[in-house]
Amino acid sequence: MTNRAEMTRRDILKSGAAASTVTLAPGVTLMAFGGTAEASSRADAGKRWGLLIDASKCDANCSDCVTACKVENGWGSEEELAGLNPGQAPEWIRKVTLRDKATGREVSAPVMCQHCEEPPCVDVCPTGASMKRDDGIVLVDRHICIGCRYCMMACPFKARSFVHEELTDQHVQAPRGKGTVESCNLCAPRIDSGRIPACVEACEKAGHSAILFGDLKDPDSPISKRLREYDSIALRDDLELNPGVRYTNL
Amino acid sequence: MALEQTIYRELKATRGVWQLAVLLLAFLAAAGGAWFYMEHHGHVVTGMDNQIVWGLPHVFAIFLIVAASGALNVASIASVFGQKVYKPLARFSSLLAIMLLVGGLAVVVLDLGRADRLIVAMTTYNFTSIFAWNVLLYTGFIGVVGVYLVVQMMRRINYKWVQAAGFIAFLWRLALTTGTGSIFGWLVARPGYDAAIMAPMFIINSFAYGLAIFILVLLVLFRLNDRPIGDGLLIRLGRLLGIFAAAVLYFAAIFHLTNLYAAEHGAFERFILVDGGLYPVLFWGVQVVLGGLIPIALVFLNPSRSSTVLASILVVVGGFAQVYVIVIGGQAFPLNIFPGFEVLEGFHEGVINPYTPSIWELMLGLGGVALALFGTGVGAKILRVLPTNLSDANLAAKG
Amino acid sequence: MRLVLAFLAAIGFAGGAAAGGSYPAVPAATGDPHPEGNDYWRLHHMDLLQHDRDKTVREGIRNLSPDDVAITASIGTCFDCHAVKDEQGEYVSFDDPRHFCRVCHDYAAVTIDCFECHRSTPANTTAYRTMAKPEDPDSIVAYLARLAQETSQ
Repeated sequence: MTNRAEMTRRDILKSGAAASTVTLAPGVTLMAFGGTAEASSRADAGKRWGLLIDASKCDANCSDCVTACKVENGWGSEEELAGLNPGQAPEWIRKVTLRDKATGREVSAPVMCQHCEEPPCVDVCPTGASMKRDDGIVLVDRHICIGCRYCMMACPFKARSFVHEELTDQHVQAPRGKGTVESCNLCAPRIDSGRIPACVEACEKAGHSAILFGDLKDPDSPISKRLREYDSIALRDDLELNPGVRYTNL
Repeated sequence: MALEQTIYRELKATRGVWQLAVLLLAFLAAAGGAWFYMEHHGHVVTGMDNQIVWGLPHVFAIFLIVAASGALNVASIASVFGQKVYKPLARFSSLLAIMLLVGGLAVVVLDLGRADRLIVAMTTYNFTSIFAWNVLLYTGFIGVVGVYLVVQMMRRINYKWVQAAGFIAFLWRLALTTGTGSIFGWLVARPGYDAAIMAPMFIINSFAYGLAIFILVLLVLFRLNDRPIGDGLLIRLGRLLGIFAAAVLYFAAIFHLTNLYAAEHGAFERFILVDGGLYPVLFWGVQVVLGGLIPIALVFLNPSRSSTVLASILVVVGGFAQVYVIVIGGQAFPLNIFPGFEVLEGFHEGVINPYTPSIWELMLGLGGVALALFGTGVGAKILRVLPTNLSDANLAAKG
Repeated sequence: MRLVLAFLAAIGFAGGAAAGGSYPAVPAATGDPHPEGNDYWRLHHMDLLQHDRDKTVREGIRNLSPDDVAITASIGTCFDCHAVKDEQGEYVSFDDPRHFCRVCHDYAAVTIDCFECHRSTPANTTAYRTMAKPEDPDSIVAYLARLAQETSQ
């Protein structure tokens, strides 16, 4: 029977680090345990999760995606906002309404972390807290975030927020706390358990289906097909960051 | 080979020295209290937010760090470029450089969201980050300059070792300021940064800020201990400061002219140079006129002891304004995420980001300055770094 | 100097002796005991937690051994068994000295920062402890099926 003590010990030995912490019950040998951890699900390097946002389907008066994100990840409650000045409020996802300066056409769309393939926030992070998972999700490992905010300086999309005050009663799936930086993580805990991100679900439920979710590396996925067939853009395309979030009809 | 005639003695603890020490300690205590308050409540009590993520503490920190490498210049001129007149000042220049850096680093570290995790920053490195390199460059600077100072103070040592240490320290300080400038120069997303000239510009700035602070601190300590310092030396230092101040203006001009030439940066330049409210005032009024043109005019048109002193003060003020415009002004200008679109509704989208620093940030920043000065004073009190006599006659006797 | 050392040693000795008879009263847990035994956990819980945190956050591994007994790597699962209630029957948070983690950590004077970000009471939801079933409407499988149906229409 596998137990986590042995698994931990094996992984620590494998990484060659923290040898001093390896003190297991006597009589237990390393060879006795077969690997099951390898077989478990993990962020899959064969995938790259992304979103395609169709601005023509997005309703300017609807903000269900923002609400769903707040409910799912537990940010932006009235209680939390009470003590903050508006500029300090967290914003994992926001709705923008734009008017084309040349034509006067108005469009609306949500903006969240764009999950770049070459994320500037990951490049500048001194500790490696700002990171990209194997499946392309960009997130902050708050365990080693020191709160320097250099990633916020580097992000071209203003996707990140800094937690300015003490928090309690966080959601179990979305830990967040004072002095660290946070942002959209594409609902990584949901994806890891085989579920779609909360904003995607909410937009579909609202009857708009303006946010298409899928695997960009799979040529047969609906998102890949749609991207192949229709014109789309990436925000700040000039920076060549190749975001995983793309926009159409903007 | 001229005999070493300069006599170095510890600072004597006069009444004035004690008074200054108590004053600096009061600032340190205030900064400690301010830090504790900010740490306890979080950054909600500061003027910083998700738009202006680096505020007044970072202006102080960057100014001090840049000035630190510049303060070492006097020593470099003596050891690396062989200017004998500067040799008696070299020890103190090294000490001041270390302490200014310590003061600046203290501010930046205490402003971290998780200052308690400093150990993470010291043990976990992401080497694509210039910040991570800076952690090594800054700590290394303290070590390298520390060794340089020790070598200078050793009695029977071949002078070539001093030159070697001085050369390494000189190269290191160039790397350090390059790293500091690149914190901004490599931010590709923001129109106010993203410029290769940031690194050399910071180096030039450091020459001016560092020398100005060096002159002022040296004069205060000499005054407190009634040690003579010659007009000739001060006029000479003033002239050097004038050249540095002119170089600062030159680099600032090139930076903005290059930006003006690129249409995409036009709006940012308009903001900083014309209609950005506080920022054009700080740029033209404080940085260019007060901190540039006036000091240059003073030291070249009316070279005197008082001109050098006034010019040094003005260069410090102008330099602080320059760092403020770079750090805060660069963030106040909005990111252009949707080119060709006007934002009708959004979260602080496409608008100038306001910033009003809180008293806590000011206290923390001033604490960094106080720490640098207090450390320098303590260093001068326990180490023989300050010459007893810098009168022109004494310097001439040696030359 | 020697005097100072002697003084420190005396304090340490006295402190140790005083504490000797008063180990913290560890709150009783519910559920099955850890297979590794309590002694192992008392000694190594920090290694296990740190190991799991890197697995989950950095590698996206939420389930450390899906073929075997379900082990969900989440600090939230600790409070399935190790939650403490107050007189009103409400779960106490880390702010309360009776909190499971605090009882020992206060005693040992070891500061932890887990609960600056993590909730310190039983989970608000256990939805993500199990993989979504294909028939769940929020599952990726069901979502893709809906998209396929849409395009075929």
